[in-house]
Amino acid sequence: MTALPATATRAAAVAFGFAILAAIAIGGDNYVLRLATTAAMYCALAYAWNFIGGFAGYPLFGIAAFFGLGAYGGALAQTNAVPLPLPWLAGFALAFVFALLLGVVILRLRGHAFAIITLVIAEVLSEITNSWTTLTGGGSGINIPFPHLGTHGIALLFFAAMAANALLALLVTALVNRSRIGFALHCLRQNEHAASSVGVDTAHYKNLAFALSAGFAGSTGAIYASWIGYIGPTDVFDILLSIKPIVMVMIGGVATIFGPLFGALAFLALDELVWRNFLEAHSGVLGFIIVLLILFLPRGIAAFDWRARLKARFA
Amino acid sequence: MIYLQYVANGILLGGIYASIAAGLSLVWGVLNIVNLMHGILIVAGAYVAFFAYQMLGIHPFLSVIPAGILVGLCAYALQMVVINRVVAQSILVTLTLTFGLDLIVNNGMLLAFTADYRRVVLQNPLGVANVLGIIVPLDRAAATVLALVLTVALWLLLKTTRIGRAIIAVRFDRDAASLMGINVAQIYGITFAIGAALAAAAGSLISVVFPFSPLTEYSFLFKAFIICILGGVGSIPGAALGGFVLGLIESLGTAAFGPEHALTVSFGVLIAFLLLRPQGLLGRAGFE
Repeated sequence: MTALPATATRAAAVAFGFAILAAIAIGGDNYVLRLATTAAMYCALAYAWNFIGGFAGYPLFGIAAFFGLGAYGGALAQTNAVPLPLPWLAGFALAFVFALLLGVVILRLRGHAFAIITLVIAEVLSEITNSWTTLTGGGSGINIPFPHLGTHGIALLFFAAMAANALLALLVTALVNRSRIGFALHCLRQNEHAASSVGVDTAHYKNLAFALSAGFAGSTGAIYASWIGYIGPTDVFDILLSIKPIVMVMIGGVATIFGPLFGALAFLALDELVWRNFLEAHSGVLGFIIVLLILFLPRGIAAFDWRARLKARFA
Repeated sequence: MIYLQYVANGILLGGIYASIAAGLSLVWGVLNIVNLMHGILIVAGAYVAFFAYQMLGIHPFLSVIPAGILVGLCAYALQMVVINRVVAQSILVTLTLTFGLDLIVNNGMLLAFTADYRRVVLQNPLGVANVLGIIVPLDRAAATVLALVLTVALWLLLKTTRIGRAIIAVRFDRDAASLMGINVAQIYGITFAIGAALAAAAGSLISVVFPFSPLTEYSFLFKAFIICILGGVGSIPGAALGGFVLGLIESLGTAAFGPEHALTVSFGVLIAFLLLRPQGLLGRAGFE
């Protein structure tokens, strides 16, 4: 437990940073609020991905499946006049339960097979949403009514919701990391066979990690649906939504507590720059950035030893 | 009787599906990389055939060779310069890398060719044959036979040639192969090039059968992936068998549930299959 004071200091620093950012966001105009809401959304998705992808080491490549499921669950609840924030909880619950059931089958796969099958699931859900027009509106999507709070009030509300969601994901991450679950996941990431042969119930823990990932992606999707006011199958099941959280966590550091936070913020900065400057070619430029990150910083910015590099240069 | 027609349709798809899966399966088996660019390479081959037919009047079946060579060479360069740098790293790294490359190529193609769906419409089609009441479009039949020939050619290449034996040796034990004097990086480059060339060749054949656009890449990738799991990863006969199985599933599934559920039906079968026979039809247990 010698690492605890360092973690505590870091946690305090992060909380302080959060408070300042939140204050800026709340005091800022609607553009700043929109950016802050996106930042919170990215953080939540990065934390969501980190449970199964980081701690358990299962390469989830289809978190958009759960984001979209949560978005549709939440949107349907809201259009049927369920009051906020219940639709957001519904988004969490729906994705959580879906992943628990799905996990029984697909968590038998490992490595590439697991990665691609999760990619396929997002596409399958998109196909089902597209064709189930009576429930989901098909390709034309669903419009979600905004609450009557005025433009700025709405912006504040959704920022608060996204930020609370991200904070919750961070807290659950910290709790998981310190508990038996975190220890079990750590063992199973290192060597699943060995972990299960010394009595770790690997099936149980990886199912839980998968469901947690799905649940937080689901609540994020549900809040996103209310925030944007319109969802369609192509935007909530977008493959880019699956890839972005992976890149964020890789930038910040896989299976760490604060890595996803820094990774998400760094990624948002890149994302905004790319969107601003390359509207037509934004996905290509994003791809280029991803390739460069992988080639030059495969273990993330956090793992990059700046001091050693500087020493080597100036010694 | 109508069911025989659906079975025939499925078989007519099967050869093409075998060829789109064989390359993915080879690369997956040897390099331990799932190439997420596989779908866009198929689309690239289809564009080569489309423009060769439109501008030069070359029949798409003949474009198989230039498309394969062109895309294969690009893929070789890509593997040697970029992918070989991270080939031994974690799945997360290799998958994310090929996804990043895929985004670049996809975006480039969207800008160059737009998202419009295209298809080669032959001026002198071979027409249809009526075999005992079953209608067989002959162009499609020819495409499927050619695709199967390509798949068998790959299998023979791996079985009989020096380079093929080297590829198999690297697949089984990279370190031992390296000690036997095989240049592993070179073999990776060649394997990736062969996989890509086969994808592009299959794409040329597909240009006559399916509409394509840069947006259809994932549909091709997912089909290839499902076939690999059905047939067993790394096995070329498995890819061939899996191709026909998927062709039949899609054809009968479309008849029963409608074309808008094609992927959902295949996925349902895949899940059932994973529960019953996780090692694939012709694969060995314990693959990753």
